[in-house]
Amino acid sequence: MSSTVQELYQALIVERSKAPRFSGRPEVFDAQGRGENAMCGDRVQVFWQRGGVVRHEAHGCAILTASADLMAQAVAGKSPAQVAAMRGAFEEVVTSGRENPALGDLNALAGVAQYRARIRCATLPWAALAEALKEGQVHG
Amino acid sequence: MSTRAFNVSEIRKDFPILTQQVHGRKLVFLDSAASAQKPRVVIDAMVRVMEMQYANVHRGLHWMSERTSDAYEAARDKVAAFLNARAREEIVFTRNATESINLVAYSYGRTALRPGDAVVVSEMEHHANLVPWQILRDAHGVELRIAKITDSGEIDWESLEAQFADGKVKLLAITHMSNVLGSYTPAERLVAFAHARGAKVLLDGCQAIVHRAVDVQALDVDFYVFSGHKLYGPTGIGVLYAKREILEAMPPFLAGGEMIDSVSYERATWAPPPYRFEAGTPAIIETIGLGAAIDYVQAIGLDAIAAHERELTVHGLKMLAGIEGLRVLGSAQDRGGVLTFTMEDAHAHDIATLLDRQGIAVRAGRHCAEPLMGRMGVSAAARASFALYTTVEEIDALGEGLARIKQIFK
Repeated sequence: MSSTVQELYQALIVERSKAPRFSGRPEVFDAQGRGENAMCGDRVQVFWQRGGVVRHEAHGCAILTASADLMAQAVAGKSPAQVAAMRGAFEEVVTSGRENPALGDLNALAGVAQYRARIRCATLPWAALAEALKEGQVHG
Repeated sequence: MSTRAFNVSEIRKDFPILTQQVHGRKLVFLDSAASAQKPRVVIDAMVRVMEMQYANVHRGLHWMSERTSDAYEAARDKVAAFLNARAREEIVFTRNATESINLVAYSYGRTALRPGDAVVVSEMEHHANLVPWQILRDAHGVELRIAKITDSGEIDWESLEAQFADGKVKLLAITHMSNVLGSYTPAERLVAFAHARGAKVLLDGCQAIVHRAVDVQALDVDFYVFSGHKLYGPTGIGVLYAKREILEAMPPFLAGGEMIDSVSYERATWAPPPYRFEAGTPAIIETIGLGAAIDYVQAIGLDAIAAHERELTVHGLKMLAGIEGLRVLGSAQDRGGVLTFTMEDAHAHDIATLLDRQGIAVRAGRHCAEPLMGRMGVSAAARASFALYTTVEEIDALGEGLARIKQIFK
């Protein structure tokens, strides 16, 4: 297997796609958002609780599931404004392929920049979270 | 027609692109059902038009225009002979099969069909043979009925009988070979079945035309459509075959130059078929390219191509059956070299991306057949499809690639 494959499907991505740590619909949540990729039918639902606790239900590829899970980890305890800023920075990483030291584990997804059609898989959970934060009219 | 002995390594030399590398690896192109690669003769024919013999067709009174018109019309003769049409006037050039079906749905559908009539399609249609009929239903008040398929991906005859039972069906529009399941439909039997019940038949031949000889007279089919680019020809050129008497009764689809007989400020009269349906300057270069592609395929011989692809399909199915957790969609008795599958451990898009990294091109997703994917109980699937230049070694490379993917997600 060429190294480039491993760059894209790093152990962290495979691991989180197979055994996500932040998946499942919580009994209580303050806002939710969903995203669907019309091209492949993949979909993700994101649940947000006040205080910045995020959970997800992802039905799709490894990139989508891993991205949802790493997002839930990264935004823990963050305010909606901080989440919005982080989303922008993350989208920059997955479109440019340039890692951002401030984003930690999220940089594992930088490799998708080489696959235009896959960028959406990585950004979909973030779009769903943004929708949750907008819909919920939350202030935090 | 003369045929040359089938030798895949010789054939591969005809396709310049096959020597390309992807991600530093030899290209293994297993996405020909989406669009096939082009042989040198097609590329050369198109370049030759532009370099040596190009002008608009059917208009000029000058030498260049006349020669170009001859070459363009010669392509029509080639298509007519290829399909064994009764007459060259039965061949209409379109952009692609999608446009051909839209043309039929719009022109034939809104005149020959009346509100209350029904159109039947199957559960395994490409969106191109479903959505135009949905639009016709909504605009014109015809009923759209969906005939079921079996789990193996074959026509469910009981369901088809039921759809036709009330005598309202006037058109059966159905694939000749599924782009997802690889199943061939029994075209001759379907046509006889529909005709006996007073319905016309349109066959979507996009996939079938590439893999086996089609004889529209033997099939007695009313409409047959295909795209040039899947038949080793260029993009932008498609074909609509229809029986002459049907075409003659059909009004134009698009209006403009070429399709008229005479025009005043008040009204226009239509040219006879096929020109009635070829408004505007056609895809001259691409049409001539399609003619070259048909010459190429016929020189090899569709029987030889079919035999080669049968071998590939058997080999491919055997290889895929050996991969634990892999499911091939459809198991029709009569199937061609289109193998769509899912893997327990890996999502279709991950499969496609990981194979691409190994130089192997497959398609993944819903294959423009979203309802069929739902019918088969999957949201997305990967598809490997074969062509006359595909080798057994390439299928083995796919097998090795899939094994590596299993390793990654194990």
